[in-house]
Amino acid sequence: MTMSTTSPERAAGPTAYYRFRPLNIGRYLIWSLFAIALIVLPMLFTSSLAVTMLSQMGYAIIICLSYNILLGQGGMLSFGHAVYTGLGSFIAIHAMNLAAAGKLPIPLVLIPLVGGLAGMFFAILLGFVTTKKSGTTFAMITLGIGELVASMALMFPEFFGGEGGVTTNRVYGQSIFGMTFGPAIQVYYLIAAYCFVCTAAMFAFTATPLGRILNAVRDNPERVEFIGYNTQRVRYFAFIIAGFFAGIGGGLAAINFEIVTGADSVNMVRSGGYLLFTFLGGATFFFGPIIGGVLLVLASVLLSELSKAWLLYLGLVFLFMVMFAPGGVASLVMMNLRVAKFGKLRPLLPAYLALVGTALVALFGAAAMVEMLYHLQLNAALGPEMEFLGATVNAAKLSSWFGAGFVLVTGLALFELCRRQFIQQWGLVQEEIEHEIKRGEAL
Amino acid sequence: MNAEFFTISLLNGVSYGLLLFMLSSGLTLIFSMMGVLNFAHTSFYMLGAYFAYTLSGLVGFWPALVLAPLAIGTLGALFERYSLRRVHKFGHVPELLVTFGLSYLILELVQLVWGRSTVPYGLPTQLQGPLFTIFGTQFPKSRSFIMLVALLMLISVWLLLTRTRIGLVIQAALKHPEMVQALGHNVPRVFMLVFGGGCALAGLAGVIGGNTYITEPAMAGSVGSIIFVVVVVGGMGSLAGAFLASLIIGLVQTFAVAIDYSLATALQGMGIGVSPETFGWPVLKLTLSQVAPILPYLFLVLILIFRPRGLLGTRED
Repeated sequence: MTMSTTSPERAAGPTAYYRFRPLNIGRYLIWSLFAIALIVLPMLFTSSLAVTMLSQMGYAIIICLSYNILLGQGGMLSFGHAVYTGLGSFIAIHAMNLAAAGKLPIPLVLIPLVGGLAGMFFAILLGFVTTKKSGTTFAMITLGIGELVASMALMFPEFFGGEGGVTTNRVYGQSIFGMTFGPAIQVYYLIAAYCFVCTAAMFAFTATPLGRILNAVRDNPERVEFIGYNTQRVRYFAFIIAGFFAGIGGGLAAINFEIVTGADSVNMVRSGGYLLFTFLGGATFFFGPIIGGVLLVLASVLLSELSKAWLLYLGLVFLFMVMFAPGGVASLVMMNLRVAKFGKLRPLLPAYLALVGTALVALFGAAAMVEMLYHLQLNAALGPEMEFLGATVNAAKLSSWFGAGFVLVTGLALFELCRRQFIQQWGLVQEEIEHEIKRGEAL
Repeated sequence: MNAEFFTISLLNGVSYGLLLFMLSSGLTLIFSMMGVLNFAHTSFYMLGAYFAYTLSGLVGFWPALVLAPLAIGTLGALFERYSLRRVHKFGHVPELLVTFGLSYLILELVQLVWGRSTVPYGLPTQLQGPLFTIFGTQFPKSRSFIMLVALLMLISVWLLLTRTRIGLVIQAALKHPEMVQALGHNVPRVFMLVFGGGCALAGLAGVIGGNTYITEPAMAGSVGSIIFVVVVVGGMGSLAGAFLASLIIGLVQTFAVAIDYSLATALQGMGIGVSPETFGWPVLKLTLSQVAPILPYLFLVLILIFRPRGLLGTRED
């Protein structure tokens, strides 16, 4: 009331009340930490493998976040996201070649935007058909469109470069402030800058009216129709925005690798990978796909080196994640943060240790068996001897199978015991937290 | 286009279309009943082929024709019971995701057990050779066997759904699951049976498709997207629509791969001069056989623009 007396001209509007807006310290802190991490990480991990992986993570994060606009925020399960990253890559690489030939005056710094605009253009074109439906039908249509583009990539070698793909050289034009973008570290910082800006932009998008109504379309499309919005158009707009950011990610990939092939960059396996890792990271929280992008690179670069059976492990992890923690890694993090916030994490620590320990034992047994099986299947010519975690194992001997099986069964049994214990404890802690929240409200 | 080419392509197209229908019917049944799009459906098809390959080495083809689908059906039912049912409460997207994860796993396991290349899954002696000769071209027994099995399956599924008690319960559970549950039927078990049954149909298609075509780890992926097209084009949840769409897509694909006309030859035939310098030559020079792989997907896009609920569909979501 005091406000309305001091400023009567503002009293008429609904914004008449005074809103106290403190500096959102937590938010500033997190974003600064994110920026610092992007700057500092290549100084900590200086090997060329690490820098390449960090670069890949940079655009994998953008792509997974853009995918999550569809999956997490819009409830649209797309099986064809690689179409927009891949076509973005192709347009970007053609733009780079044209620029290098002096036909287009585009500096390298803006090439990702070209990729983004290309992704957006194709999202406008194909999204019109795709977003006509929602839910399961949407998923099938994206699958069909994905196959369509993937087959087309092999039909037009003039544009997609056939089997060999299109190559380019990212060092062209004048250097800006001594940046030629020849060395990998300079490319990393370009990618990191785009990663930060795109992440911020996509976070800002979640707070726009479109972003909010997109969540409503995901949760209850019928009611959104009732309050006068066209759900199809909301999905279409979100799809276009996701296509834009996917294209930026694709453009950065083209700059990083200097080669794009049609068979690899637009195919369904890649789309499936984006889906898988966005989900593993966690589609229900904004930062989930960031974890997903990091995991994507770690798995496809490191895990695939470590074990031939990595797709099997990945499939199993994914299956268990969907069944037991559909919020992904991010939801696990948030649940434990909540427990930590109420200072109840410490009593849970022994249970966690027991869980991890027994799970590792079971995993050890299972991994030994899987690796032996793969060894027998793929490396039969090398004889039955194989290396497993530094030890030599004879995969043809029954004793090693029994040993591995025994470890697995023991691990599983102990894990089950610990799990029961843990679930009880977890339930108790949750109850206590609920209690405290209620008491806080009553005060 | 002469009569010989037309007849043989027609027969091949119909037999391929019927194989597609065997796959899409199971998918449609599962979808219309449980609302679950089984992404791993063609993985069960692939498993059917591999199981039949191993079983026919042990007990012969004809027992394998029965045993393999039963085994696949059991696997499907177990998957429904222990994995899908658990996810059911999270909604349709996690259900789709869990079957997506399963398709990854089955592919890896198949490669692990049977290797990464094709397996020599051959036809039994009774199905080798031509059934009849028409216009000097032979029509193989194996393809007519596919047609026979598909038609028998179509009739028996139809009889099962409309003439038996369990069929009526299934139909009722499709429309009003709560009411059926209230009447004392075990609806989750009916779901499990339907899922297992659908997978068994896919397995059956694998047993007879695997030796007529090729048995390899890529066989699930190559036919997977096509049957999703079939289900959308036919209309989500419509068995008759799936039948029609399978036949259309089977015929279109079979005819297209054999026709070497392109837009350029068509324009030249009309007296319009087209040469490699003409604008759009990369598109014009593509022959129909080259674009055959994308025709089903183009068809899907066209259907979605002009008839979004599919050929015979009733759902408008």
